[in-house]
Amino acid sequence: MALTTDDVLHIARLARISLTDSEVGRLTQQLSDILGHFAALAAAPTDGVEPTAHPLPLSNVMRADEVAPSLPRTAVLANAPRHEDGLFRVRAVLE
Amino acid sequence: MSGELWKLTAHEAHERMRGREFSATELTQAVLARVEDVEPSVRAYVTVTASLALEQAREADAKFAAGTATPLTGIPVAVKDLIVTKGVRTTAGSRILENFVPPYDSHVYEQLRRAGAVMIGKANMDEFAMGSSTEHSAFGPTHNPWGLDLVPGGSSGGSAAAVAAGECLGALGSDTGGSIRQPAALCGVVGLDPTYGRVSRFGIIAFGSSLDQVGPIGRDVEDVATMLDCIAGHDPRDSTSNPEPHPDFRNYLGRDIRGTRIGVPKEYFVEGMEPGVRARIEEALALLEGLGCSIDRELSLPSTEHALAVYYIIAPCEASANLARYDGVKYGYSDRSGPTMWQNMEQTRAFGFGPEVKRRIMLGTYALSAGYYDAFYLKAQKVRTLINREFEAAFQKYDVLVTPTSPTVAFPIGAKLDDPLAMYLNDVYTIPASVAGLPSVSVPCGLSEGLPVGLQIIGNFWGEGRILGVADAFEKAVGWANRVAGL
Repeated sequence: MALTTDDVLHIARLARISLTDSEVGRLTQQLSDILGHFAALAAAPTDGVEPTAHPLPLSNVMRADEVAPSLPRTAVLANAPRHEDGLFRVRAVLE
Repeated sequence: MSGELWKLTAHEAHERMRGREFSATELTQAVLARVEDVEPSVRAYVTVTASLALEQAREADAKFAAGTATPLTGIPVAVKDLIVTKGVRTTAGSRILENFVPPYDSHVYEQLRRAGAVMIGKANMDEFAMGSSTEHSAFGPTHNPWGLDLVPGGSSGGSAAAVAAGECLGALGSDTGGSIRQPAALCGVVGLDPTYGRVSRFGIIAFGSSLDQVGPIGRDVEDVATMLDCIAGHDPRDSTSNPEPHPDFRNYLGRDIRGTRIGVPKEYFVEGMEPGVRARIEEALALLEGLGCSIDRELSLPSTEHALAVYYIIAPCEASANLARYDGVKYGYSDRSGPTMWQNMEQTRAFGFGPEVKRRIMLGTYALSAGYYDAFYLKAQKVRTLINREFEAAFQKYDVLVTPTSPTVAFPIGAKLDDPLAMYLNDVYTIPASVAGLPSVSVPCGLSEGLPVGLQIIGNFWGEGRILGVADAFEKAVGWANRVAGL
């Protein structure tokens, strides 16, 4: 399971992490090693086996549709790097 | 007043505070003095909350005076730094949350406060709980109280080291693939990972959401049972929290365990285990047999060989989704130097995350990406089903399963830092129960080369009482409870 530099750059873009050249080199090697080690998984007999997403047999846990207070806006914005008029401020999303 | 109150177990301290031998304030002062003495060499805490602790101790003394004290009232505890605490900085061991002050409390911290426990500080950890040595903390490593050049295990290494060093009487950690049990083993204390769903995850900074559980670390089994009683129970704010009431876990202690059917899976006794660890585990099995348990070593769980790969695919996949929230917009570190929003986000995450977190996000993103999803994520989920089925069949025949907690004793700081695969192998014995969502406890079973070895007891779903009962009987027979490391 050998990854290429281009694979690593592609994943980094999907993950929104900027990497230095030395990080790209190191991760190409390390991820190849790790995935190579995990290749044995392919041999496990899973024909007709359902996947498990979750250890408990739970589905659609519902609560009553009742209005309840949430955190005050000032408390939520207290950790925001930038905010303005009660909103999070970011650079333009659309060019 | 004795200066060594920090050596007590929580239940001993409780009895003596009830008997008015000393106050919660005196106990907290003694622990804070101990923290001042040893913290420069152990570094178990990211943040010590001394003045808050003294304030909470005064409230605890008022409860004793009013006759409303409960077993954890006035007990000094450490809280892993991914458990959010309103108004107290919570970092998850990451530079990206270095200055994050949560606007609300986690369920488990609310429960501790309701019981009147005293928080000494926020315990160090591998960044976002990704690691087995606490070396992956943005705030520097924690040192094992049994040998200061050794790792305490991880990711809850700060919590385990604080308990072992007398810097608190008990602690909360979190376990995703072994992060409570492995550091408890390496620090010579007791640590329990509850059944998935037993303890609310509300206010726990997420790593792998189908695996994460909060659990207690203590000086003996009774303290761990007491803390589990406090934090367990239904919380509607976590949809995976079990709505059924939980039993009083202390009721399972002090019982005769004769007739307990113990399965010992063959696959856990293969290569990689240190001879000293193997010797202690063999002695432990003989001791359990002497207590009247039946030991069956013919049990085979063949999918165990795949558990490590299953875990190190599923957990990074879930992490890559969970950690998408750190975008430098809502909270946390933010780099706005670049001209576009995407550059801001990429630079924020490049600086904010450490190497192991980046590695896991990359691994998870890859395993979920187009063309690889079926081969990795879906395949891992199917093998997870096989692992679950084998455990299910085993619990038709056995009451508990017994294995080592970790293949090695504590290793030197730096020894595995540059070899991710070697680091991942530390979790080889703890991962299968995590993948299945089963409860398990690590209890000290002696020393190898002067360092603690942990025995892991795995139970069936909602079987914490049963494993605590076996652990308690074992602890009393082996005579190892409450050994504070000789710093």
